Amino acid sequence: MDAIRVRGLSKHYGDLRAVDGIDLTVEEGEVFALLGPNGAGKSTSVEILEGHRIRTGGEVDVLGFDPATGGRAFRERIGIVLQQTALERELEVAEVIATYAGLYPRRRDVDEVIHIVGLEEKRAARIKTLSGGQQRRLELALGIIGDPDLIFLDEPTTGFDPSARRQAWELIDNLRALGKTILLTTHYMDEAQNLADRVAVIASGQIVAEGTPESIGGRADHETTISFLVDGESRDRLPAEARPGLDQATGIVTVRTQNPTAVLNRLTGWAVEQGIELEALSVERPSLEDIYLQLTGEGG
Amino acid sequence: MPRDLDLLVQQIKYQNKIFWRSPVSAFFTIVFPLMFLVLFTALFGNDEIAALGVTTAQFYAPALAVFGVASATYTNLSITTAISRDQGILKKVRGTPLPPWLYIAGRVGSAVWIALIAVVIMMTVGSVVYGVEIRGSTLAAAALTFLVGAATFAAVGLMVAALVPNGDSAPAVAQATLLPIAFVSDVFIATDDTPTWMEALGNIFPLKHFVAAFGDAFNPSLSGSGFAWSGSDSEYAIGLHLAVMLAWGVGGAIIAVRYFKWEPQGHRRSTRRARRGRVSAEAQK
Repeated sequence: MDAIRVRGLSKHYGDLRAVDGIDLTVEEGEVFALLGPNGAGKSTSVEILEGHRIRTGGEVDVLGFDPATGGRAFRERIGIVLQQTALERELEVAEVIATYAGLYPRRRDVDEVIHIVGLEEKRAARIKTLSGGQQRRLELALGIIGDPDLIFLDEPTTGFDPSARRQAWELIDNLRALGKTILLTTHYMDEAQNLADRVAVIASGQIVAEGTPESIGGRADHETTISFLVDGESRDRLPAEARPGLDQATGIVTVRTQNPTAVLNRLTGWAVEQGIELEALSVERPSLEDIYLQLTGEGG
Repeated sequence: MPRDLDLLVQQIKYQNKIFWRSPVSAFFTIVFPLMFLVLFTALFGNDEIAALGVTTAQFYAPALAVFGVASATYTNLSITTAISRDQGILKKVRGTPLPPWLYIAGRVGSAVWIALIAVVIMMTVGSVVYGVEIRGSTLAAAALTFLVGAATFAAVGLMVAALVPNGDSAPAVAQATLLPIAFVSDVFIATDDTPTWMEALGNIFPLKHFVAAFGDAFNPSLSGSGFAWSGSDSEYAIGLHLAVMLAWGVGGAIIAVRYFKWEPQGHRRSTRRARRGRVSAEAQK
């Protein structure tokens, strides 16, 4: 069964079409990333799925509920981790988690959740004494205390330093291992690449590409770029297919190909034959970031 | 339903914890009115105020108790609710299975509980230290007045929380309304010859009626249990006072429900403006 099924979703504010006809399917147990620049409509879309916002049009099915009318029964099965940290500063970590646990008929053990998010040592600490990263982890704990089937993560690592991001990613990976469906929004490419089974790119209120991080935007079909440096003497003896890619001024050879394996085999074979080294050899596929910039029209 | 009752109790305890761990609000609600009682009785002595027929403490203890109730309900609820909204706490709660009315009921229940503590402390000090007589015959009417008054000021506090744009403006609005109204509502000034306009002004707002209905319960020269519509000069009656309070309470509750917002306001507006800006910038390209 699909955890989320969206058809023709739209949200208008007056003349502004914040969300303009989105189709989306997220399977159970899948980690799905919604990628897009600020103001592209991703937060609005997710807030409609969470039940925070009422849509203008379209069909939405989340865990068999319409989020707009699902009410309490719906919210008992989802967990929402908002981007903004919203905690009562004077309370202790375990107090807050225990109180939130009480809101759900099906709930995880408080200590277990504290362990999952790695806050054992801060169990009895006042929230105001926690670091920013620890507060985010507490938010995550509150998002999963009700043992939800579906977890919404809104830009889970925005503002994190690199090591905190790695920790957060590990945590989210652990949630995946629990078999949870996760819908996350992010504007970090590497985050989507590391965490998501599938990615949708949203721009100007519409989904402009959807697929696995490896294949999205025709990424798998794009040409691979092979480049290396040759010195003066070897330039004249370059194989035919590499000759057009030679820049005489710098000696850099750039070859674009759909068949990198064969081309690379010929080039390296030639180099070994000639007894030369292919200096500064590199093989590059377009990064998810290149594709993203291309898709969202932010590449300039 | 029993589950919802459990949740309500849990929410009240949760909000109580937050209150007692914020020394500033606890100080203003509990200690501040007590300081006034000590100060006023020291300044004026605790003899009978000729024009009013009660002692200084008989006048001030219930009036300041009511002021504590207003602080616990009106001031605290309006400020903390608006701040919680700014912090995104209300929005987060909205995403949980906790019914919104239960969350609000938890906040109100906690405020009323704290108000009760403020009243009990004030009247105990008034009675033990300053000889304010607590009379069995008027206790029921006083308790009912407390409940109606606390509920009214909670409702009006939530109305303010619903109407202010953010948590920064809530304290200003709460203080700038409560303090001036307290001065025309027989809280701070014990006199019989207030100017007529001030008298009339005070009669509009619920605070003066709260002070009168609650304070008269501790005036030994009045007769009756208080359960009457409007008394003569020598009879204790809460009916009319409660009616005015209830009108404010119901009106406040209606406006609060109508305009209450769960999302941080400044943030939402600025993103919308940013989006509009983006759209118009694109249109100009």
